[in-house]
Amino acid sequence: MPLPPIDIMASRVAIELKHPSPLIGCRFDPSGRYLFTTAQDNSIQRFDLFTLKKTALLGHSSWSRGLGFVGTSATIMPITQRATYPIPLNQGGIFNALSSIAAAASSQVPNSPFTLISGDYLGELRWWDGTADVPIATRTVKAHEGWLRALDVSPDRKLLATCGNDHLVKLWSASDGKPIRTLEGHASHVYNVAFHPGGKTLVSADLKGFVKEWEVETGKPLRELDAKVFHKYDSGFAADIGGIRGMAFSPDGQFLAGTGITNVSNAFAGVGNPLVIQFDMKDGKAKQLKPKEAFQGTGWGVGYLPNGYLIAAGGAGQGRIWFWKPDDPASAHMLNVPANIRDLALHPDGTAFAVSCFNGSAYVYTMLPGPVVAKKDAIAVPKK
Amino acid sequence: MIWCPYSCETAEHRVTRRAFLGGSLLGAGSLMGFGGLTTSAAAKELSKSQKRVVVIFLSGGASQLETWDPKPGTDTGGPFKAIPTSVPGTHICELLPETAKLMHRQVLVRGINTTDDDHGRGEVQMLTGRKPDPAFEYPHIGAVAAKLLGTGTEELPGHIQITPNGGSGFNKQDAAFLGPKFASVTLADGKPPADLFRPAALTTTADQEREALRKKLNDRFAKSRRTAQTEAYTESYDQAAKFIAKGDVLSIGMEDPKTADRYGRHDFGRHMLLARRLLEQGVTFVKVTHTNYDTHHENFDFHIEQLGEFDRPYAALLTDLAERGMLESTLVIVMAEFGRTPRINERYGRDHWSKAWSIAMAGCGLKAGAVVGKTNANGTAVTEREVHGGHLFHTYFRALGVDSTKNFYPKDRPIPIADPKAAAITEVLV
Repeated sequence: MPLPPIDIMASRVAIELKHPSPLIGCRFDPSGRYLFTTAQDNSIQRFDLFTLKKTALLGHSSWSRGLGFVGTSATIMPITQRATYPIPLNQGGIFNALSSIAAAASSQVPNSPFTLISGDYLGELRWWDGTADVPIATRTVKAHEGWLRALDVSPDRKLLATCGNDHLVKLWSASDGKPIRTLEGHASHVYNVAFHPGGKTLVSADLKGFVKEWEVETGKPLRELDAKVFHKYDSGFAADIGGIRGMAFSPDGQFLAGTGITNVSNAFAGVGNPLVIQFDMKDGKAKQLKPKEAFQGTGWGVGYLPNGYLIAAGGAGQGRIWFWKPDDPASAHMLNVPANIRDLALHPDGTAFAVSCFNGSAYVYTMLPGPVVAKKDAIAVPKK
Repeated sequence: MIWCPYSCETAEHRVTRRAFLGGSLLGAGSLMGFGGLTTSAAAKELSKSQKRVVVIFLSGGASQLETWDPKPGTDTGGPFKAIPTSVPGTHICELLPETAKLMHRQVLVRGINTTDDDHGRGEVQMLTGRKPDPAFEYPHIGAVAAKLLGTGTEELPGHIQITPNGGSGFNKQDAAFLGPKFASVTLADGKPPADLFRPAALTTTADQEREALRKKLNDRFAKSRRTAQTEAYTESYDQAAKFIAKGDVLSIGMEDPKTADRYGRHDFGRHMLLARRLLEQGVTFVKVTHTNYDTHHENFDFHIEQLGEFDRPYAALLTDLAERGMLESTLVIVMAEFGRTPRINERYGRDHWSKAWSIAMAGCGLKAGAVVGKTNANGTAVTEREVHGGHLFHTYFRALGVDSTKNFYPKDRPIPIADPKAAAITEVLV
């Protein structure tokens, strides 16, 4: 399948999706029709990118950040930050769809059924019919003591991995929520978890920068990667800061990227720099990727684009999106965003991405060359 | 025996105190750390005659929403839930599960408005009961407590601060006009000032001779040129001598390992255990600082970490004081310089907020289980029984049996113990 004709230098906001409460996490569904965001009002918001209709998923009693998808159709695959890109919605990508499908025609757009799984800071998992008019949680599972910080669905969509503040990584049946295995070994809060695209291993990363690779079948620990550059014990405040806030495998599984904050001089003011570390999974060697500018803040999301570029997003007072060429540690491009970015999601057709922000907006960017379809409330920021 | 709230120079008190000390000296176990039954019995004896105060200062400003006044499900509530406590109808943040089990021993004041978001000024108001006055310095609560509750015969300084870092030493400034005798001694990380104890190479005899010479010269100098500075100097030597004589009290390694486990094997746990040992030894006032809560960034992660340290040692201290019969004569106060903004900022942080926040208290003179004051639905304003540092200062001393409307008379000038424009929160007093 040919790669989508994207141009990172053409990246620009196509749609601004708004919610009254600050947003936290975001993910596109497997078909790419919806963007799901989590919010500080404990809700999950489903934005229909075809109609711009917003639907609330209510049930969590705390914030949630982990989102994953289980499709029921063979043509649907999960979207995570290590997503692969073989599913164009149509020839021109998501934004051509936007231009050609009127909002009133939303009922005409076929839905591909899928299940959304969300995890919250009370340690609870919830399963939802992702396409229902008014989604209601169909299953709730107490998964962790304390925060459930992240989750991921296996490439074959059979397993769900979760991690949290109880220092544990857990494997579940993605279809019915039955526990399968608990992976013990972390000694601090586990911030992130991701399945390798090959499906045989998964990695988890904790507050203190320990990245562990596990064998999925047995739960056996295989090796440890060093991301301690993300951690600092700030003796002035007597507290730890760290964690890999965003984590993603490259589609071929050769690389693992993680992002967070480093060079922290004041943990309680968030004075530090965002950083991306890319591990070569063959030998475990790490390479640091830094923004060109001396920006202070935290990296919250990372992913691989179809053209091999690495993308990361984060912020502090403002948001930033950074791009790196393969094998070049100097960032190739950067976008300013008017609010702190708290997560990054890549669209399954490979032509777009979204960021969720503190100001309650989710900005959906297109990377397709040419004019963008400007919505009434969109912020179009053309880049030369 | 009638309790004497001021000088405590009654014969009954002296005898009882002497009996307590003599009794404790009889057992080797007491010499080795004042643990076990002897300690408990001695503490109970001491508790009848002396009132004490321990302040746990959550430095930087702990969030009231993550502690005593949670607002889950609101725009300001954050991700944590509220949990029930041992007092029906009273809920606190889930980050304090052990504290919640002891709510029937505590009091919450939820309507504090100190109107000052500056760290230094906020701390002064909370420790002196007055807003900072550039023209006049008021004594800190520890100095006032040492002055009004001390027996005058203590074998340890009456005003001790345990800080997580910095240097150990003697601080004359926090006693203001009360004088250096009531100023605090800082035990940084629970350790005495450097070089306090006699070096091994110096014989006891040589040390005594050296000290005698120092005293002689000091007395001669004081006769002709006595000043506040020389007084402070002399007091610092006296305080040091007390520590030298009772150095074992600082050795928390002498405690039962199970006790150390209950308090937690971390700095704050050690410091709280040391506080208990000092109170048991008759120290009138101990302030333990727990740092840090100034969470402008990632407030929730940091409160998990900090309150995860705070919860168990605080509960252990309350439990130990209660089991030793000391809680009814010891006022426990958990305070900070202010609270934190209900609004959650872009970095998941909370900023300084003095307009609507809370403290917890326990023990002496308080109506255990009481909650006074109320904030609105999302915690941005006080809606019921608003109080400030002045009200709190009156309340502390009223709870300790002191008439806080009386005056000190430095240089014959009347200075009210507490802000005369405020009054005690009588709803929480027995």
